[in-house]
Amino acid sequence: MALKIVKGSIDRMFDKNLQDLVRGIRNHKEDEAKYISTCIDEIKQELKQDNIAVKANAVCKLTYLQMLGYDVSWAAFNIVEVMSSSKFTYKRIGYLAASQCFHESTDVIMLTTNQIRKDLSSPNQYDTGVALTGLSCFVTPDLARDLANDIMTLMSHTKPYIRKKAVLIMYKVFLKYPESLRPAFPRLKEKLEDPDPGVQSAAVNVICELARRNPKNYLSLAPLFFKLMTSSTNNWVLIKIIKLFGALTPLEPRLGKKLIEPLTNLIHSTSAMSLLYECVNTVIAVLISLSSGMPNHSASIQLCVQKLRILIEDSDQNLKYLGLLAMSKILKTHPKSVQSHKDLILQCLDDKDESIRLRALDLLYGMVSKKNLMEIVKKLMLHVDKAEGTTYRDELLTKIIDICSQSNYQYITNFEWYISILVELTRLEGTRHGHLIASQMLDVAIRVKAIRVFAVAQMATLLDNAHMLTGNTQRNGICEVLYAAAWICGEFSEHLENPMETLEAMLRPKVATLPGHIQAVYVQNAAKLFATVLKSQEGNTDSTTAQEASQLMIDRLPLFVQSANLEVQERASCILQLVKYIQKLQQKDVEVSEEVCALFAGELNPVAPKAQKKVPIPDGLDLDAWINEPPSESESEDEQPKAIFSKEEPKHSRPRHTEVDEKELARRREARKQEQANNPFYIKASPSSQKVYQETPGVEHIPVVQIDLSVPLKVPGLPMSDQYVKLEEERRQKERAEKKKKDKKKRKEKRSGRGKKHDSGPESEEDITPAHMVDIVTEEMPENALPSDDDERDPADPHKALDIDLDKPLADSEKLPVRSHRAAEVLKSPAEDEEGENVSSLEPKKKSSKEKREKKKDKDKDRKKSKEEKKKKKHKHEEKEEADLLCGQADEPAFQSEETNEVVTPPTSTSADVSDLDFWLSNAPVPSNTQEAATVAAAEAAPAPGAISVTTPDSEPEEPKDTEMEETKSSKHKKKKQKREKEDKEKKKKKKHHHHHHHHGDKGGEESVQNGTVEEEEPLPPMSNYCLLAENSYIKVAYDIQGNLQDGSQVVVSVIFENKCDSFLKSMEFNVLDSLNSKLQRPEGSGPHDSLTIPFQLPPGVSNEARFVFTVQSIIMPQKLKGTLTFIVKNEESSTHEKLDFKLHFTCTSYLITTPCYSDAFAKLLESGDLKSSSIRLEGVNMPFHHLLARICFHHHFSVVERIDSCASMYSRSIQGHHVCLLVKISSQTVSVDAKCDEPTLLGNVLDEIKQTFSQC
Amino acid sequence: MIKAILIFNNHGKPRLIRFYQYFAEDMQQQIIRETFHLVSKRDDNVCNFLEGGSLIGGSDYKLIYRHYATLYFVFCVDSSESELGILDLIQVFVETLDKCFENVCELDLIFHMDKVHYILQEVVMGGMVLETNMNEIIAQVEVQNRLEKSEVRPFLSSSKSFPLIYVFGFSQVSAIKYSLSVL
Repeated sequence: MALKIVKGSIDRMFDKNLQDLVRGIRNHKEDEAKYISTCIDEIKQELKQDNIAVKANAVCKLTYLQMLGYDVSWAAFNIVEVMSSSKFTYKRIGYLAASQCFHESTDVIMLTTNQIRKDLSSPNQYDTGVALTGLSCFVTPDLARDLANDIMTLMSHTKPYIRKKAVLIMYKVFLKYPESLRPAFPRLKEKLEDPDPGVQSAAVNVICELARRNPKNYLSLAPLFFKLMTSSTNNWVLIKIIKLFGALTPLEPRLGKKLIEPLTNLIHSTSAMSLLYECVNTVIAVLISLSSGMPNHSASIQLCVQKLRILIEDSDQNLKYLGLLAMSKILKTHPKSVQSHKDLILQCLDDKDESIRLRALDLLYGMVSKKNLMEIVKKLMLHVDKAEGTTYRDELLTKIIDICSQSNYQYITNFEWYISILVELTRLEGTRHGHLIASQMLDVAIRVKAIRVFAVAQMATLLDNAHMLTGNTQRNGICEVLYAAAWICGEFSEHLENPMETLEAMLRPKVATLPGHIQAVYVQNAAKLFATVLKSQEGNTDSTTAQEASQLMIDRLPLFVQSANLEVQERASCILQLVKYIQKLQQKDVEVSEEVCALFAGELNPVAPKAQKKVPIPDGLDLDAWINEPPSESESEDEQPKAIFSKEEPKHSRPRHTEVDEKELARRREARKQEQANNPFYIKASPSSQKVYQETPGVEHIPVVQIDLSVPLKVPGLPMSDQYVKLEEERRQKERAEKKKKDKKKRKEKRSGRGKKHDSGPESEEDITPAHMVDIVTEEMPENALPSDDDERDPADPHKALDIDLDKPLADSEKLPVRSHRAAEVLKSPAEDEEGENVSSLEPKKKSSKEKREKKKDKDKDRKKSKEEKKKKKHKHEEKEEADLLCGQADEPAFQSEETNEVVTPPTSTSADVSDLDFWLSNAPVPSNTQEAATVAAAEAAPAPGAISVTTPDSEPEEPKDTEMEETKSSKHKKKKQKREKEDKEKKKKKKHHHHHHHHGDKGGEESVQNGTVEEEEPLPPMSNYCLLAENSYIKVAYDIQGNLQDGSQVVVSVIFENKCDSFLKSMEFNVLDSLNSKLQRPEGSGPHDSLTIPFQLPPGVSNEARFVFTVQSIIMPQKLKGTLTFIVKNEESSTHEKLDFKLHFTCTSYLITTPCYSDAFAKLLESGDLKSSSIRLEGVNMPFHHLLARICFHHHFSVVERIDSCASMYSRSIQGHHVCLLVKISSQTVSVDAKCDEPTLLGNVLDEIKQTFSQC
Repeated sequence: MIKAILIFNNHGKPRLIRFYQYFAEDMQQQIIRETFHLVSKRDDNVCNFLEGGSLIGGSDYKLIYRHYATLYFVFCVDSSESELGILDLIQVFVETLDKCFENVCELDLIFHMDKVHYILQEVVMGGMVLETNMNEIIAQVEVQNRLEKSEVRPFLSSSKSFPLIYVFGFSQVSAIKYSLSVL
């Protein structure tokens, strides 16, 4: 054996390490693959050795090879071996490899559960850290379920390094095991206020990530985040929170109103661009959510736009980019504010950076108006010509089309211009968007009746020059437009100038090289054209033209009959036979044109894209039921053809245009005709003008061969869109002139008629009438169409499972599986069942009082008490002062925000919680009339959200009602609110009666619910574990001691310091006189008597908490440690040094940790006989049994194992592993406690402490 | 959330890849190639954000990158991350590397991929930002390195013996400037 080890380490010296491998690969550039394969063979050998160092080295090399793309999953088991090494170095290598190549289907993962659990609880924090990091990459649902509880415990680890990692990884655990979200959430929330900024930031991170996906469940956290936002100085945290608010505010406009002010302040004050940018973004989100909102928002908009302009003008391209990005968000709701910066945005179109140009393009979309559309598109067309690279050019193309076609061509005043733009776009080389242009052509030709004459002429030219489009194979995408051209020419052939010529163009042999679906359209529309030719020759005695047409068809169609494309072939052969028959008839001089035309008669109406989908299924119709017996093999449903119209037709445009009445239309048409007739530049659809057009020099004479494709092509004979820009301008001028002449009355009518149509455009736009009306009315929708179709969420989205109501009280069945009983599903201990029942039996009463619902909120069996609890305890002693503080010192944000936190944090029953939030949002405290009531409300701080509102000075009790009325828009809302107010009032009244107890903190009560089983009606009195440590006129100190689960010799003392005076407290130092048994842990390098500096200062009225770790040796006896707190009291005039002595009491209870135990395990424990027993009797206990249990659970860290009537068994464990079992019975005010423990001294002391607890009450 | 962190050189050779979502090895390589293709054709004086990248992410994702001398540092993030924040995070990461390796150069990353991973693990965990404070990151990395040194016999650890030929050009890239109070 020894020899083997020696041999192993000698071998090792010759092994390649990672560096050698890398060097080798670099030296074998030519035969890298071969070299690596030999290396992999070596690695396989190394993995077979027993020496863990060799294995780790091999795994390390594999990690490198994985990066190069080699699959190393075959070594998964070896990776697990290395992970389980006891040495950190190797463990780290193993976990790194695992995190790089393990995934959910790696089967060895299930072997790792116990190893990971061991590492998580390792005494070395870096083992734990490495395990957490690794786990975050490969956690599976199984691992998440099995380890959730362990990780949750780590969230309260003493080392912030572990805490922050544990907090972060919880997000992954939630994703994989959504059931863990509710049990873990209270603790996660607690971490939002962790003293360590890293942990706090991690918690914010996780909650933001959760809330982003399911914002509505996190709305109740808004007040807490609000507080963090106003108090935190960590930009990373602020950014996250502000982003989160951006997600929350659409759900709750009132939240937005609250946010505006602090955000505006941040915008003004911050020097960090990232923060500024996020603030602006969230303000925009707020403004969008309030879009109907209040009048004074224009200032905020202006601020945002102005800040964004600064960003866009910055020389830093990143800021420029983001500025444009944010600007486009404003554009959606406040286009006018953005439009004034058009110059800047157009300037960005010339930027050398493509990303920036694309962003600017996005913005242009919203900036167009009737007035500037042509100008902007002209500029874009220039860019199209200049653009390098097809991606950007294609982007330009789609943007041009988007801009023009938006809101049903709202901004197009001249469709001739638009058609010519589309035709010009066909010159684009290599674009992918031929079909887009085609669908626009079709759409416009179909829906704008007046344009058909022009469109048909243009399309005919396009068909005539088809070779220009198909000449280059690279330009295939563009030949899609021929589809549109052929169809338009065929369908509206009655408008064709010279159908015979077009027919000829469509039957050229070259057509056969086009894609099949286009050929098919060609053939079909050739037939339509043929019909038109026949019709035009009707009554003409000379029938040569008609016969020529037939002959042409008969000559050319056989080419298509031979087509390989079925569709083409079928249509061609049908039509060929038809034409042959017609020819026969023609030869007999039979009039056929009418019959032939009848083949293609009828008008096409555009149908809205989703019309079919929106027809609701009538009652009683089952679409899934078979009408007949099912056929043996069901035919697959027809695949939906690529809808060529569907893309451009916006959904919501219908009503707008229907409002323009017929008369108005007719009048306008008349006016236009006249104007066109008078316009010498206007190209009329009359034969003469067309002729002129075609005679333009150069049309026929440009030899095709000479065209250099690298230069932007001009399809000869086609008009330039620029012409139309000029024409349009003239038209407008003329119109304006005409309008002046018209009497005012008419003008008014017109305005009111059209005012509805375009209310977004600037005033002057009203004067521009479109040259053509878009025939939108015909976009048909079924009568009873459903209003909208919600886009559904991707069912595969893991976040769907996390859409969990966090405000509902936690049921017992939701507990996380605990390590001691791995079979998490077998939680069926009778006690559990009973508890579950009890909780549910309590459910209906939850609204009866506030305490009650608070009690239930937190199921978490915290071993360490939550911060909230501590604060509660504090109240116990300082009810009075606090009330004063709350009422009097409204300007004390820090303190009050703590209150805020307390109040709103607990996830309570939903309805109640909503009203809490409502309260916070409405800014209005309880509408109480008397000062007394207000005081009570404040004194009851915790559950009364009213207390929070004191934060804002404007929410004095009397005033708010008005504010509230003003703020709530809908009467419905108002009613709700009033109702809530009433409820609150009632609650208040109730509370008045017993606000003594009530004040001591509800957390205790809530904790007890899970432990003590509760069925009685009576609410539990609230409890807290914080006891007063010392107090003088300056400061009040309370503390609580908790055992450290990770370390049997450590306890954590949480101390709350509260500044009671009007001066600043600083330089606080905490010192304790160590005993032999207990020592305060001091940082490395400090002496045994040095005091610890408390890492914060206290402004007046503020409290804060610090934690101190003590090491204890023996825990079986209680003990007291003497200590002193020194601090400097500083006010304007002077600063004095003060000292406060205290005695820290370590009770035996504080060494106990609430540990759940199941009845079977409990029974075994009792049977084992290792335990010593002892008992006590408590006389005159005048409280319900469940209160009694709750108190024991809360104050002494026990958990209920089982409860039967007036008898209950309870369990707890000390930090050093002593078991403590109790059997508690009650009979008429006498409580007997029989207890067993493996350490009699400890037991005796615990029982004494229990006795004392009950003697106090 | 950060979906992936890629470091590759001017020729597209990967120096570190860290995916926070599972992709098979060949897919990973394809993503690297695509990302390199997208990023490498951009000038140094254009903005550091990039939409697109069809293989990874989708419309919600952005590529945020920085280019230092011979290396590209690319973070693929979704909309919950602040763009400028991530830019600063890359800078924090690189400056941390610079401190840990003393004038870091590409060769450091080539030969010590594992160590770079360990440093990265202190900055980002499971796709979420873990720590942004450079001093804290360095402190944790150093403690762990000491721990490693105490465990492993010296002949396995190799000392740095490469010439600093590709020292990062910090001068080209301004420091952490968007979130001033970060440090």
